[in-house]
Amino acid sequence: MSNNSCMDLPAKGGFSFDLCKRNAMLSQKGLKLPPFRKTGTTIVGLVFQDGVILGADTRATEGPIVCDKNCEKIHYMAPNIYCCGAGTAADTEAVTDMVSSQLQLHRYHTGRESRVVTALTLLKKHLFNYQGHVSAALVLGGVDCTGPHLHTIYPHGSTDTLPFATMGSGSLAAMSVFESKYKEGLSRDEGIKLVSEAVCSGIFNDLGSGSNVDVCVITKGHKEYLRNHMLPNPRTYVSERGYSFPKKTEVLMTKITPMKEKVEVTEGGDAMEE
Amino acid sequence: MGFSSETKQNSLLSSEPGIQRTQYPYVTGSSVVALKYKDGILMAADMGGSYGSTLRYKSLERIKPVGKHSLIGASGEISDFQEIMHYLDDQVLNDNMWDDGNSLGPKEIHSYLTRVMYNRRNKFDPLWNTLVLGGVKKGQKFLGVVTMIGVNFEENHVATGFGNHMAQPILRSEWHENLTFEEGVTLLEKCMRVLLYRDRSAVNKFQIAKITEEGVTISQPYALKTFWGFKAFENPTAGADGSW
Repeated sequence: MSNNSCMDLPAKGGFSFDLCKRNAMLSQKGLKLPPFRKTGTTIVGLVFQDGVILGADTRATEGPIVCDKNCEKIHYMAPNIYCCGAGTAADTEAVTDMVSSQLQLHRYHTGRESRVVTALTLLKKHLFNYQGHVSAALVLGGVDCTGPHLHTIYPHGSTDTLPFATMGSGSLAAMSVFESKYKEGLSRDEGIKLVSEAVCSGIFNDLGSGSNVDVCVITKGHKEYLRNHMLPNPRTYVSERGYSFPKKTEVLMTKITPMKEKVEVTEGGDAMEE
Repeated sequence: MGFSSETKQNSLLSSEPGIQRTQYPYVTGSSVVALKYKDGILMAADMGGSYGSTLRYKSLERIKPVGKHSLIGASGEISDFQEIMHYLDDQVLNDNMWDDGNSLGPKEIHSYLTRVMYNRRNKFDPLWNTLVLGGVKKGQKFLGVVTMIGVNFEENHVATGFGNHMAQPILRSEWHENLTFEEGVTLLEKCMRVLLYRDRSAVNKFQIAKITEEGVTISQPYALKTFWGFKAFENPTAGADGSW
């Protein structure tokens, strides 16, 4: 089979490694790749009396720069399942979106509520397939007909089933809080407090995590997504001088024409054409 | 001390065959955690010495008194720690020979150690340790760290190695001025317990050392209670057959 015929048709799916040789040559010549947008991160989850609580910080980093001060790291998978993601932001978003839609199709097919193990198996199958190149470290939690479940999934595809879990660069700081304070049978408020404390520990002790705390509480038949549950890093200094942009262009004339009178609004109308 | 062929080799030893200095540690001690409390300094360390991934020695004393006023705790290469103790013994001996009623305090020893570590680092032959130095002299408490490249600083609570990641967050949120002795020990034990759960090179055999104006007390080795009985650990895959 000659190489020429392969070059004509693009690959149907998966990764194409054609440009690797070129990249190696370029990096040898000194060209640096642009950094991935990583979510340097603290994500945590714990099982409490009635269900599962997930927590995450909200900082997304691009190398040493904070590129998003308030991003969302707790992704929707199913009405009763949520997933926190750490690692490369694109990978976590894409993988959770993909599995979320697969779960939806599965729900239509079976007519039943999704189970956490289903999401777990779909995710780990995908990640193992890519041998760790899809850099997504996830904390998956949810409540289904068999009870509350909490799992961690590593980029290479291995999983753990745990009562409390942390992932990301701030995982050690958050784990130190969990290891010293976790008890079985926590109430909802105790659980939220502990999760917030663990994420705050990551925010203040890890450089890759910061800004605010997101919390998601999942119980049987009910979920609460507490976006920005805590804002421990408010902007406290605002200069009283205000902004003073120097006047550059002289204003000769000001004329204000209200546009509403000039436009006719028709209800309905034709559908957009291609 | 050492060979004087540095001139020939220009201290980029990898380029010339012949002399090789220590590039990596062999027998290592794990973390040391210390904090200031009302009457002085509390320091804790486990008694394990790992040889790579084997737990080779389980009764190493990694906290030692220095002179009348200081305590030193070390993590990293044990043989280098023993060498440092040798140098410190020389210093203390010298100090005693003066017989002038004054004795080396923790600040002086900290300064001496910084010089030693930094100079070795400049010769590309480091002493592979992170040292914690604590002491009380004339009512003044001192707690500082010297790393293997000569970085040195003073703080109210310190930790080395893995302790930086797991113990410092706890200390940062729960340490305050004028802890009592019992509070200090509880706080240190909390940190050491977390390290015991999550650091693979930790052993469940600790010594806690205390230094106050009166002197040094290093406790007998003891073990911490751990809890492994979470219901979720017993049957983690209940309701999720086939996963693990």
